Amino acid sequence: MFAYVVRRLFIGVILLIVMSLVTFLLFFLMPQDPARVACGKNCSIAQIKQTEKALGYDKPALTQWTDFLQGVVVGREYPEDKSLREKAPELISDCAAPCLGYSRVNQVTVSEEIKEAFPVSASLAVLAFIMWIVGGILFGVIAAVTKGTVVDRGIVAISLVFYAFPTFFIGLFLLKFIAIKWGWVDVPSYTTIAEGGVGGWLSNLFLPALTLALFFMAGYVRMTRAFVLESMTEDYIRTARAKGLKRGPVLFKHTMRAALTPLVTMAGLDFAGLLGGAIITESVFNFNGLGKLAVDANVSYDLPTLIGLVVLLGSFVIVANIIVDVLYAVIDPRVRVG
Amino acid sequence: MSFLSVRDLRVHFPTIDGVVKATDGLSFDLERGKTLGIVGESGSGKSVSTSAILGLHRRTNAIVSGEILLDGVDLLKVSDEDMRRRRGREVAMIFQDPLSAMHPYYRVGNQIAEAYRVHHDVSKKAARARAIEMLDRVGIPQPDRRVDDYPHQFSGGMRQRAMIAMALINNPSLLIADEPTTALDVTVQAQILDLLQDLQRDFDAAVMIITHDLGVVAEMAHDVLVMYGGRAVEYGATKEILTHPEMPYTWGLLSSIPEVDADPEAKLVPIPGNPPSLLNPPSGCHFHPRCTHRDKVPGDLCRTVSPELTPGTRGEGHLKRCHLANPDVVYEREVLPEIAPDLVEGR
Repeated sequence: MFAYVVRRLFIGVILLIVMSLVTFLLFFLMPQDPARVACGKNCSIAQIKQTEKALGYDKPALTQWTDFLQGVVVGREYPEDKSLREKAPELISDCAAPCLGYSRVNQVTVSEEIKEAFPVSASLAVLAFIMWIVGGILFGVIAAVTKGTVVDRGIVAISLVFYAFPTFFIGLFLLKFIAIKWGWVDVPSYTTIAEGGVGGWLSNLFLPALTLALFFMAGYVRMTRAFVLESMTEDYIRTARAKGLKRGPVLFKHTMRAALTPLVTMAGLDFAGLLGGAIITESVFNFNGLGKLAVDANVSYDLPTLIGLVVLLGSFVIVANIIVDVLYAVIDPRVRVG
Repeated sequence: MSFLSVRDLRVHFPTIDGVVKATDGLSFDLERGKTLGIVGESGSGKSVSTSAILGLHRRTNAIVSGEILLDGVDLLKVSDEDMRRRRGREVAMIFQDPLSAMHPYYRVGNQIAEAYRVHHDVSKKAARARAIEMLDRVGIPQPDRRVDDYPHQFSGGMRQRAMIAMALINNPSLLIADEPTTALDVTVQAQILDLLQDLQRDFDAAVMIITHDLGVVAEMAHDVLVMYGGRAVEYGATKEILTHPEMPYTWGLLSSIPEVDADPEAKLVPIPGNPPSLLNPPSGCHFHPRCTHRDKVPGDLCRTVSPELTPGTRGEGHLKRCHLANPDVVYEREVLPEIAPDLVEGR
């Protein structure tokens, strides 16, 4: 198992390197010239060249990429131009070992940006994850057990509604009615635990997390229902009933164990994806998380931030995949090898 | 009265297209220590009927009627909770494919011990010891080690032995074996059948063995019930039925058995056509569309009138559902020479 994880991690690192290269190449294949955009409409060619140099886009793409890789391993110092550093030592910012780059647009290292934004996205993701897993499995199982009744149909219909409505609609709806019109909660704005305590942190996260959770929950309700119903028709469930087991153990011990296995995979990957930021939800509630950071970086052609985020989110997904595979072996003895 | 007495058992499944009559008026008796073989094609209602005896059908999708008297108690009249307590303790079942019938995520010993703990208030340790004892009894080598294996670590034959251990751990008085050897190699089949017979003697259980293999019936069963389209078409002592069958469907089953010492050039004779639809069964005798002897019955009776289960030409103990006036003669003259020509010459 250990050797397996090491091998998977190694493959993951190679994948990340390739991902960063592809991002670099795609960025420089864009028809837009980032320096021209940054400089403005009325720039002369000389001015554009100067901006290009200031932004570090003057070097060949491949060199920029190898500089980036080197920075990840040994760290970098900005600005890279030695003469500039000597001229204005107060501008020097040190970017220590896993250095993902320096955003000239935001005048800060990418690691710094991520350190700011990640807790927001992670808080959202964790809270939403708990809500949708608990709700999704609970209602999914209830729907499966009451299959064909009013309860089942009601749960399926409601989840279909939430599944069909786009996140921005649900987000704006909750914001407009629950926070603004009825005033049940304050209009959320992200507060750290240090600032507002656990209560303040939770109450500000509640609406955006609910927005995210409702969408995912809708999918999980339907999947849980389908998996439980499928698992109920298995021969080993008939065996369990033939033994004389009560309904409870048949459902919770025998049926659920089998039904939840595929959900673990999906939950792990969905959670990893969400750790990388919920673009729409963060925008609707104006939370400065990774999703919003990525959108802003896209708009302002902020290559270092983009690369940093691509590598970070890629590593989330890769690690989540490995964790899910390991979990699978824990759940299903048939997967354990050697 | 018999230990197990089933009277006019009907299992109907209402569907959007109509009522599927999977079992339609089945009656038989079984004593302790005896074995009843139930034979028929896929979809003839064998498994559905035995599931009804175990109370495995859900009330929401199946209508079960008739009488299932086990030791004088009508299993169709007891409460769900009462039935649950009898399942696994009084009536136990062995299923066809032991790989899919065992939970892949739990240890074999765990699953066997679970069956014991449902009905006995004992510690996990005691149940485990009992599971090891049962694994040993059914011939699993090193049972104290194999008890912690998962089903996929067992071979097919061992899995079926473990299933048998699971079924017999509570000393049931009625054991239903639903095609217990179908998923196994031929050599293993014989071992499993021997084991079942052995255990039946020890436990003095009544055994129902469902199969489509007449060889299994010949070896195991005292009585045999041939099912077709949800009904019994022939019922009697095994020896009697196998030597003097009086229903064309049973003849068909007999002539479709391959024989080891038969002429390699000889062709197997399949029964033409397909099993009947249980939703819209054929009019009259359910078997008439596939019956090669229907012209021998005058007045198109086979197509219009459903024959009753009546005593055969050789006495009360042999019941058959057929309009033929002289099935014994037809069998002797037309069927037997084709199935076993050497047997005919010898007479």
